Parts: sequence; structure tokens; C-alpha cells
Amino acid sequence: MFNGEVIAFAIVAFLLIFSALGVVFMRNIVHSVLFLAATFVLMAVTYLMLDAGFLAGIQLVVYAGAVSIMVVFAVMLTKRSDLHETNLFNSLTIPGAIISLLVFLGLSWVVVKTPWNIAERPLVDPMAINKIADLMFGKFVIPFEVVAVLLLVALIGAIILALEVKPQK
Amino acid sequence: MGENLFVGMAKGLRTWLESNHFLPIVTDVFLMLLAVVGVLGFLFLNALFLIYYDRKFGAWVQARLGPNRVGPRGIFQTVADTLKLFAKEIFIPNNVDRWPYLLAPVLIFTIPVMLFLVIPFGKGMVPYDLNLGVLYLVAVTSVETIVLWMAGWSSNNKYSLLGAMRSVAQMLSYEMPVIFAMLSVVMMAGSMKLSDIVAAQQKVWFIFLQPVGFLIYFIAVNAEFKRTPFDLVEGESEIISGPYTEYSGMNFALFFLAEYTNFMIGAIMVTTLFLGGWNAPFGWTFIPSWLWFIIKMYFVITLYMWTRWTFLRIRIDQMLNFAWKFLLPVSLVNIFVTGVGLYLYRMIRW
Repeated sequence: MFNGEVIAFAIVAFLLIFSALGVVFMRNIVHSVLFLAATFVLMAVTYLMLDAGFLAGIQLVVYAGAVSIMVVFAVMLTKRSDLHETNLFNSLTIPGAIISLLVFLGLSWVVVKTPWNIAERPLVDPMAINKIADLMFGKFVIPFEVVAVLLLVALIGAIILALEVKPQK
Repeated sequence: MGENLFVGMAKGLRTWLESNHFLPIVTDVFLMLLAVVGVLGFLFLNALFLIYYDRKFGAWVQARLGPNRVGPRGIFQTVADTLKLFAKEIFIPNNVDRWPYLLAPVLIFTIPVMLFLVIPFGKGMVPYDLNLGVLYLVAVTSVETIVLWMAGWSSNNKYSLLGAMRSVAQMLSYEMPVIFAMLSVVMMAGSMKLSDIVAAQQKVWFIFLQPVGFLIYFIAVNAEFKRTPFDLVEGESEIISGPYTEYSGMNFALFFLAEYTNFMIGAIMVTTLFLGGWNAPFGWTFIPSWLWFIIKMYFVITLYMWTRWTFLRIRIDQMLNFAWKFLLPVSLVNIFVTGVGLYLYRMIRW
């Protein structure tokens, strides 16, 4: 039971939960975001331990890499003088507790009810991306293209929003 | 003769350990640690030499002498500087954010060391031949932004913060061209494994098949690792030295070391992706593959130093415009042309 994999998972899971709690409980919003970055990196480690190397890489690029932008915004949108009290708690403790309990119960129910098929050995080479590419450009090509169009729309929208407004003559 | 020097040493050590009936896990861990020590040794020795080489090269370009007091031709200058940094007090300013401030130098050096995991140093000399090598490089490098930001923000100094903001803008805009240039190489090699990419260049190096990709990559990597003309993050004449302003002693040394390690990684990546990695040109295999690798690496490093001492630092808006309005479109067109070209090539061959 206590082989290396389980011990490694226990350590990573502990750190993951610790940093996730840090995101919520830190009073300084920049500290929260730094903990968020740690959470993303540790999640990538979890993906790696689940033999999902591609997902881990994407997790790092998309989440951990881009989180620095969030910090920049956090600093730009808050006043520097009171940054120590920027991530405050509110008084809605009881509704919050009920909602989190419901989410927890719902997730646990799903986990318990799902019939997990346990394979004896890895079905594909865990680090191979050819299979992902085949699926993305074969069976799921339409969702893939739709996502691409969606991103393009978002990009154009961002450019239009950021365009300088020229004074009218 | 020299070809199998390191591979043979590792193999010999493994057989010796196995013949002495150590547990297999002990043998594996010991050899892995040895690889780590080897990589770190390679890194420190090269960084030590690079700093000296950079200063001497700069002096030569600018027609001055450079370091010339410690040892013959000043060769021990860097050693003396390192010892000085060791002996210096680590000074922590009053109102810094303590935890991020002290963590940042450690993390910033960890990231470039992690990159060495997938580098093919020679024939059969890869610490770990990851299937997703290129993605791994991109992913690990992208984490560096936040660490540099952490250093700049926690220093509680306006110049540090300005430098940190600049570094975020710079890394984000130049990450795209870097990834796209890498992608064009990946398309040609048909694999993300770095050893496969090197093997694909056995006959023709990718610099000849991908000249535009090479230029984009060469420029964008220079920007991503913040060397002149893209060193706005430090910009001594404007913002003291950016995120490093409040660091002293060994903390500063770690930043400095990380910078040179990044520089080395940049040169190594150019070598591996475009200059054929450890492949010998003209079939000159009498020089071992790892030596070819080092020769090419130093060639690229010299090119970068030449750039550094020739060009002036550009302004931040020029830098961002250059990335988004020139490099990015060019790299997209390059990918398109590469794709069409590959398709046509396959059609003709059939």
C-alpha cells in the first residue's frame, strides 16, 4: 500500500490543499495570487503523476504562466497603500458554508457513483501526443475549430476595446 | 576515441555498482544524482567562463582592456568576484515582503536548471529524453515570469516594480514568436522529442530549411532572456537594475547566475533546434559529438555577445510593437508556408 507513488501523491496533495487554502485565507491579494500560482504548478505535478504529460505542460503554460498577468492587474486595480487588507472576508459565513458543503457532497457523490475501469497497464504511451493530435484533427475537428473561432473573436474584441479613441474633428 | 567518454563512464560505473550487488534502486538513484552533479558542474564552469568571456569580448569590441589584474589576462577575475559575493552580508531592506523576497532568488535559479533535464548534450547523452521535450521547455520557461515578478514586487521599491512590470510585458509578447518558431521546427521533425529533432538534422540542418524561423527564434530568445537590445527589465541607466535592485550578496549572485544560465539555455536551444545539435558537419566525426555541441553553443553565444555589444537598448513601446506587429505575423506566415511546403513535398515524393 505504502509504495513510492502513494507517498509522493500524499505529499503533493498536502501541498496542493495547503496552497489552495492559502489562496482563500491570505489577506493580501498578491499573496493569494502567488499561492494560486503554486496551486497551478502542483496541479501540473498531479497530472504528471497521472501520466498526463501533455496536460501538465499545457497547465503550466496556460495557468501558471498567465497568472502573472493576474498579479499585475491585482496591483493595478488596488491602491498600493492598503494592499495588506485587499482580500477581505465577508459576513456571509453560513450561506458560504452551506454552498461549499453542497458542492463537496455533489462531487463526492459523482466520484463514488462513477464506475471506474481500472486498466492493468497504460493503454497508450503516456507521453505520446500523436493520439491527442489524431483526435483533435479527426474526430473532434469541429469543436476544435469552433474553439479557434471563439478565441479569434475574443482576440478581435480585445483589440477593439484597447484601441485608442481618436478625438473627432 | 573521445566519443564514448561520458557514456562509457556511466556504463562502467553501472556495471561496477551492479557487480557489487547494490540494490537496483540505489544504483539508479546514484547515477541520477551523478547526472545532476554533472549538469550543475557543466553549468557553473560555463557560467564562470561566460562572465569572463562576456567582459573580455565587450572590452575587445569597445577597444579597451577589460579585466586584466587577477591571474594571467584577468582569467581569475570571476573567481575573485564570486568569492567576494560569498563573503558579502545578505542585506534585507526594512519593508520588504519577506517570504516572496527570500524565495525569489532560489526559485529563479531552479527554473533554468530544470530546463537542462531534456537537453541532448551528445550522442546518447540526455539526462531524460522526454517525449514532450519542446513543450516541457516552453512550459517551464513560462513559470519564470511570475518568479521575476515576485522579486520585483516584494522588494518594495518603485524601480524594482517597474522592472517587474516590464518583464511581464516582455516575456508575454516574446513567448508567442518563440513558440511559433519552435513549432515550425517541430513540424519539420515530426516530433517534440529533442533527440528526434537532432536526429532529423543529420543531413540538413534546420537553419537551411527554416531560415525565417531561425531569425525569429534567434531574436525572440534574445528578448525572452532579456539581453541587450532587449534588456529593458534591468535598464541600468533608467531603473538601476530592475527587479535585482534590492538584492545583495549571494541573493544577487543567484539572479546573476540564473541570467547567465538562461543565456546558455538560449544558445543551447538555438544549437539544438537549428544548428543540428551534436551532429558533426561535413562528417567530421573525429571530433566527439559532445565537443561539437559545445563548439556550436559557444559560436551562438559569441553571436549573441556580438549583438549585445553592437545594438542599443530599444524603448518599451518599440519592443512591444516589434513583437506584436512584426515578429508574430511573420512567424504565423512562416508556419503556414512550412505547412504547405511539407504537404507539397510529401505529394511530390509519392
